[in-house]
Amino acid sequence: MTQPDDLSLETAREMYRRMVLIRRFEDHLYALFLQGAVPGTLHQYQGQEAVAVGACTALRPDDVIFSTHRPVGHLLARGSSPRGLAAEIMGKATGCAGGKGGQMHLTDVSVGAMPSNAIVGANIPIATGAALAFQLRGQDRVAVSFFGDGASNIGAFHEGLNLAAVKDAPVIFVCENNQYGASTAISSMLRINDIADRAAAYGIPGRVVDGMDVLAVYQAMQEAVERARHGDGPTLLECKTYRYAGHSRGDPGGYRTREEVQLWRERDPIPNMRTWLIKERGLADEELISIETACQSAVEEAVEFARNSPEPGIEDAYLHVFMENQ
Amino acid sequence: MSTLEMTMVEALRDGLRVALRSDPSVFLIGEDLGIPGGFGGGFTVTLGLSDEFGHARVMDTPISEIAIVGAAVGAAMVGMRPVAEMQYGDFVFCAMDQVVNQAAKMHYMSNGQVSVPMVLRLPVGASARGAQHAQSSDAWFMHTPGLKVVCPSNPYDAKGLLLAAIRDNNPVIFLEHKLLYGGKGGRKESSSAARGVSVPEEDYEIPLGTVAVKREGNDLTLLANMLMLHRAMEAAEELARQGIQAEVIDMRCLVPLDMEPLIVSTQKTGRVLIVEEDNLTGGWGAEVAARLSEAAFFHLDAPVTRVAAPDTPAPTAPVLEREYVPSVQRVVAAALKLVAG
Repeated sequence: MTQPDDLSLETAREMYRRMVLIRRFEDHLYALFLQGAVPGTLHQYQGQEAVAVGACTALRPDDVIFSTHRPVGHLLARGSSPRGLAAEIMGKATGCAGGKGGQMHLTDVSVGAMPSNAIVGANIPIATGAALAFQLRGQDRVAVSFFGDGASNIGAFHEGLNLAAVKDAPVIFVCENNQYGASTAISSMLRINDIADRAAAYGIPGRVVDGMDVLAVYQAMQEAVERARHGDGPTLLECKTYRYAGHSRGDPGGYRTREEVQLWRERDPIPNMRTWLIKERGLADEELISIETACQSAVEEAVEFARNSPEPGIEDAYLHVFMENQ
Repeated sequence: MSTLEMTMVEALRDGLRVALRSDPSVFLIGEDLGIPGGFGGGFTVTLGLSDEFGHARVMDTPISEIAIVGAAVGAAMVGMRPVAEMQYGDFVFCAMDQVVNQAAKMHYMSNGQVSVPMVLRLPVGASARGAQHAQSSDAWFMHTPGLKVVCPSNPYDAKGLLLAAIRDNNPVIFLEHKLLYGGKGGRKESSSAARGVSVPEEDYEIPLGTVAVKREGNDLTLLANMLMLHRAMEAAEELARQGIQAEVIDMRCLVPLDMEPLIVSTQKTGRVLIVEEDNLTGGWGAEVAARLSEAAFFHLDAPVTRVAAPDTPAPTAPVLEREYVPSVQRVVAAALKLVAG
């Protein structure tokens, strides 16, 4: 794994905790989905935890992120409450968006998580706009757009990156290349090996990052954030990663081989970080077990909370179409 | 209040100037807005504003409609009040995801955690430029919950409604008819129907969600917006010469739609003729006709009738375009038929 220069033990431990929390949350939600306790669908994040956690750890509380249809990892990495997410996914009034958003539309402005977006690539110009707002106000905040490999082929990617580039907008484009857009291998839809190469077309830095190494993502993101904060403009980070689950929960993943999945699983970011914490930072196994146990409890408690929460009142369907003017 | 005679372009520019001066969160974003020696937007509305407010707040972009609207959405979500311009209203279709899936839905999907206080200015209407520079897109946006739709017919309303739209906490689609601009010192529309009118130089707002009775009458009600309001007023003059008194209502805001004055007028006249430049099928007139049929059926002496563009793309040759856009003569003929029926 990457060896960052100045990573405190506290931060390293917290990164591990958040990755475990995401994995346990998603696994538990899947079990509930199989029991029929989750309405709609699930787009799950197992395998990609290092990207969300590495990237969000490099941010300040007043920075903002724009997530995707696969948002649980980003929200938990930002420190959103598992209770609000579980309840939202289960369609409850106590959900982070009162049940009006659902699995693909998680919002928690209290942790700088703007509404996650289920239109592929749409958040790229939106995050650019938030960054331009910070720039106009003379703030040194940054905006982050998360998107998948497939989004690099949509028009909003081109327009958003180019606008951000010509305006030196303080935005970081984090492409999570999990190798597939739904069932389609990205390698069959690109003539280049690395999406990061596309940055050259906009005159901005583009970097390939090992998305299975949380410390590598963290380090690359720190550099990109630093650059953006100092007015030097956007960066495109392509994090090579893998989603263990299907595209959504109806997808058994028949378009990829068991061997391929296995190869990526051997590079699982969570055990790698665990080993690193023991070997490089001298953490005791018991301490890590206690982190893992606490995550499991937090997830179970959050799901219990969601299960026991009331459904939204039907009058809520009519709220928030327009915002009142004072 | 001191007033000046202003064309629509000047009134809109004045409105933008007032908004930019009074609120640091307001900024303009679009193509060719503030380029030195350039156009000042598609129709000179922003001409000179970058001199006073700089190129950061009068922000020029690449030809990227998705990015223009998307950036406005993102900036609005973090507390700005952007005013975005499409050079022609037709180009908004390049960015419909950002309008319909993003701007319109963010407040709702987030359960009120974020809002999108932005204005999207769209020059609309046929003006001898062909089918891709001609559409009246009122109905597209009226159909989408979460968007307000404003469509002024005169400089006074344009400034007051624009200021109200900029200060509204929601995304507002602001339609401007090209033949009403009356641009000075720039790309003046040769066939412009617009005259300058007295407009206060001060800050004032006209509340969204209002319509305006422009002429009173007892025999029938004409409902129209933008250029068609002027056609309806001319038609009313002609009808008056024939002894028919038409009431004319300016549908200057379609969302929110204030039905009450329309119902009151219907109760008085019993006959309603809708005049719109949009294509007939599924236009705002269809919605208003349905609502009046529900709300005032027993006051109607005849079916609510529409004069609209036919269901064709807008043709270009002047003779064909004149056939396409409802004329005063067509309005008069339809009114006479309605009154006789």
